[in-house]
Amino acid sequence: MTAETTHLITPKRSGLRAGQLISRILMCVTGAVFLFPFVWMLATSLKPTNEVFASGTSFFASRLEWSNYTTAWTAIPFERILVNSIFVAFVGALLTVTVSVLSAYAFSRFEFRGRAALFGAFLATMVLPQEVLIIPLYLMMQKLGMVNSYPALILPFAFGAFGTFLIRQFLLSLPPDYEEAATLDGASRLRTLVSVIVPLLRAPIAVVFVFAFIEYWGSFLWPLIVVNDADMATMPIGLQMFSGERGTDWGPLMAAVTLVAIPSLLIVVLLQKQLQQGVSMGGFGGR
Amino acid sequence: MLGFAIFIVIPLLTSLVISFFDWPLFGTPEFVGLENYRYMLTGDPAFWVSLRNTIIFAVFYTAVNLVVALGLSYWLMNLGGRWASFFRVLFFIPVVTPMIGNALIFRLMLNDDGVINQMLAAIGIEGPQWLNTPGWAMLSLVMMSLWQGMGYNIIVLGAGIAGINSSVLEASKIDGAGPIVRFFRVVFPMLSPTIFFCTIMTVIGAFKVFTQPYALTEGGPGNATNTIVLHLYRNGFSFDRLGLASALAWVLFVLVMLITAVQFSQQKRWVTYDS
Repeated sequence: MTAETTHLITPKRSGLRAGQLISRILMCVTGAVFLFPFVWMLATSLKPTNEVFASGTSFFASRLEWSNYTTAWTAIPFERILVNSIFVAFVGALLTVTVSVLSAYAFSRFEFRGRAALFGAFLATMVLPQEVLIIPLYLMMQKLGMVNSYPALILPFAFGAFGTFLIRQFLLSLPPDYEEAATLDGASRLRTLVSVIVPLLRAPIAVVFVFAFIEYWGSFLWPLIVVNDADMATMPIGLQMFSGERGTDWGPLMAAVTLVAIPSLLIVVLLQKQLQQGVSMGGFGGR
Repeated sequence: MLGFAIFIVIPLLTSLVISFFDWPLFGTPEFVGLENYRYMLTGDPAFWVSLRNTIIFAVFYTAVNLVVALGLSYWLMNLGGRWASFFRVLFFIPVVTPMIGNALIFRLMLNDDGVINQMLAAIGIEGPQWLNTPGWAMLSLVMMSLWQGMGYNIIVLGAGIAGINSSVLEASKIDGAGPIVRFFRVVFPMLSPTIFFCTIMTVIGAFKVFTQPYALTEGGPGNATNTIVLHLYRNGFSFDRLGLASALAWVLFVLVMLITAVQFSQQKRWVTYDS
């Protein structure tokens, strides 16, 4: 903005300054309104359930019900579900990275017939709604006896095109000199890949890992289908367990939603650079 | 490669095969030819409603999303620097937090006695039954989804705006173009490839809408917010009609591919790439 104001005469300049101030204030208001649902989530997580609606628009009820958090922890098999979620998201992200690196390597370093066509087909799946695949995938898991298992939760969604696409872009910009040097020194292809290329790809690998982690962490439809045992549930499914015949236990539920949102919040704040990079390359396609 | 074949290509084709069968969750499938498609198009009371709802949702969601996201990212660009990056991250938070959690927060707020209606009551307005009246329920769905998804486009468009050659903007300023003229004459054309990308992604996302109606309205009242994927899920896993569900999946697949193809074929009309 300063560049814009330099060539203007002084009185108008102060006008612009005021405009800028108003603009900033308005943006703060917009941001506050935007964050309101999260604030309300926090507020409700500290209200006794019978006061959730009775307390009206007030942020606080008659007392701060910290026990909602312990209730959330015990009302459902919280620890088990949390461990499931972390395990599935972590291993899923790891597998996604491995698959992406290997296939990106194949697509950028090997010449084979139909490579362009195959890569095109691969990219096309970025716009393929995964929802289309869930019925055959479920039947497959049923046949293999893998319903209610970690592999069922992890495997089907580790082969998306986004990671491959992103890592391939970086690989293409990487001169093959390093690899050639390593090969001349007698290293095998796999060895070269692991000890020469992977370290150079640290940045895009981080992006792919973060995106896969978030996808697995928040995934809802697939776990809803392939898991029907509370012991194998992930957090999004666990949240469902607070609503039953007797209605919804809002206090503990919002405590649980808060707990589930915390890892995501940490990721947004700590890894914003990786997220912005990934998003502009098609990550989270159409959420 | 093998994983790609096993978990994407084969299921896609299997799905087409299943759609020609009467296929229960347990038991023996029976070949019925096009019966599932016939039933879906002529006998199923919910198919056309959920298709219509999905299209209405997609149109409103995409249009408002892009307009608001574009407006906000332009605004943020004018604020510049730290302000822009701070608010970009802020708007991005709900994209990352699990969607089901976001939906549950909105179900709480939009409850008949929820905070939204109590706020409206405080200024003398009697709020509607957001989630139990057809029109309002759809509106709630769109609002929640906008809150959830807009940050994505704000980031993408923000990156696009940052990539615009600043000397072009400076030149238009010196020529005396105000912010609004500048937006339509300079920013919009230069940003059109990014907007195109956002539109494609947003439309696809809109057609997959499931978690929001599942958690907010359960597709109701009646079928007022039933969507294709929700209908698919119910047929497959509540009504034990995997064949019909697969037929729905293929309708969704063909529809999404068609719409994407049409958008690509129309892009020459409004998308300008640097020469």
